[in-house]
Amino acid sequence: MSEKFDAIVVGAGPAGTSAAYVMAKAGLNVLLIERGEYPGSKNVMGGVLYRHQMDEIIPGFYKEAPLERPIVEQRFWMMGEESVFTSGYKGLEWSKEPYNNFTVLRAKFDQWYANKAVEAGALLINETVVTECIVEDGRVIGVRTDRPDGDVYADVVVIADGVNSLLGKSLGFHKEFKPSDVALAVMEVIDLPAEKIEDRFNLEPNQGTTIEIFGDATKGILGTGFIYTNKESINIGVGATLSGMIKHRLRPYDLLDYLKSHPIVRPLIRGGEPAEYAAHLIPEGGYNAMPKIVGNGVVLVGDAGQMVNGIHREGSNMAMTAGRLAAETIILAKQANDFSENMLDTYRVRLLDSFVGRDLKKYKDATHTFETHPQYFNDYIPMINKAASQFFTIDGMPKKDKQQKIFRSLTEGKSKLGMVQDIYRAWKVMR
Amino acid sequence: MEGDEIMSLVPRTNTLEEKQYLLRYRADSQSHLHVLDNDVCATSCPDKLCTLFCPGEVYKWEGKRMSVGYEGCHECGSCRIGCPYENIKWEYPKGGHGIVFRLA
Repeated sequence: MSEKFDAIVVGAGPAGTSAAYVMAKAGLNVLLIERGEYPGSKNVMGGVLYRHQMDEIIPGFYKEAPLERPIVEQRFWMMGEESVFTSGYKGLEWSKEPYNNFTVLRAKFDQWYANKAVEAGALLINETVVTECIVEDGRVIGVRTDRPDGDVYADVVVIADGVNSLLGKSLGFHKEFKPSDVALAVMEVIDLPAEKIEDRFNLEPNQGTTIEIFGDATKGILGTGFIYTNKESINIGVGATLSGMIKHRLRPYDLLDYLKSHPIVRPLIRGGEPAEYAAHLIPEGGYNAMPKIVGNGVVLVGDAGQMVNGIHREGSNMAMTAGRLAAETIILAKQANDFSENMLDTYRVRLLDSFVGRDLKKYKDATHTFETHPQYFNDYIPMINKAASQFFTIDGMPKKDKQQKIFRSLTEGKSKLGMVQDIYRAWKVMR
Repeated sequence: MEGDEIMSLVPRTNTLEEKQYLLRYRADSQSHLHVLDNDVCATSCPDKLCTLFCPGEVYKWEGKRMSVGYEGCHECGSCRIGCPYENIKWEYPKGGHGIVFRLA
């Protein structure tokens, strides 16, 4: 493999494949390297893929991609120990083209997508680990793989090696991430017949629901649970910061079992057959944890660059936009025959100016604030459940007295000033 | 309440062993995970945190040494980031080896 490519992309997830596809389509000679048996075999995602950013790369992809269900309802649960306060939105405009988002199973979707890059002309090599970047005179000029005679050269290397990004770290783009910068998520795929899913979630065939669960799903530590409907299965999972897991001495699969056996959740998955169990880290450090993403002859995209918006459960769509913008910059660099950091920096500027950079910046303090102020999860969610329970229980008490009683019980043992401060703090990091 | 206290009340839906059996692994003959200094685990880390948060229960404390069941590793990276003593050398398994997700 001593051939030289225009570009080498390391990692065939959404970021890497998007970059490879766009460059190959423009006629560049692209090598896409995947360490798994096939693209998707090492990838885990709760399962929601947004349509818009993928449509910018392959218009109308949803007509042929292996998708599960278009999502027509997004619910939010604030869960207590034996209760839930729910909100959400259901809109049938999302059941029609061009759709908003879909549930997907990554092992199927990533294989299909990487194959589109191959059809566009990229060369895909599976079962190959890139062990390091080959650096000469401060420029990345290729990669070393774990294959015999496994050095490959290129004008530019796109690092899309995921949340652990050993390559980004080895180039000095970032130090080791902190346990508070990553969420450890575990999930199960549970097989359930389509009719049961449609009955339990109040859906027509080819419609899906997502439920994000706050509060008791993580026993009060910063994180969320989720339930997503696939065609004939359900993804159920829970993620929490690794620092939270450590602090509370929690086993992630215990949390998952807790969620599965929760009295509100149990009826939704009853009778289902567990089909797969998966664990993965989610980079949730946001804007403040973002590493350097451009160097001489190298760019970094997707999870490797902490491009995840945990508040809005977005990541693969950000990865796709990053991959596309990196590719477009490399195409320009090829025309100018200039692969310097200065030239490739266009990618960073465009990324930060796009929704990816702007959203990361908007929420730059959110994760840290919720991590250091656990009262949002520990106190307020049970409080909302208690208030709702009292409000909806008809027991002969006049409404005016009831409202006063609820207000008194809510503020019991809490300073009113403290509550106002909490509300202001949350507003400040979310606005 | 913390950790074990809370979780002792949780009904098991399926054990971790049953969860792990749902997965396909192409284990290499060599481990991609290495505990650098066993003494650090023995003397500095009373809680043996990796034995708790590892989602595949790869790490088990066997009285005086840490056993590493790398064959069941999800390659998530938690042990590398979460070990308070940076005592775990973490690499990817050789190309094509390790866990193979079919759905996820």
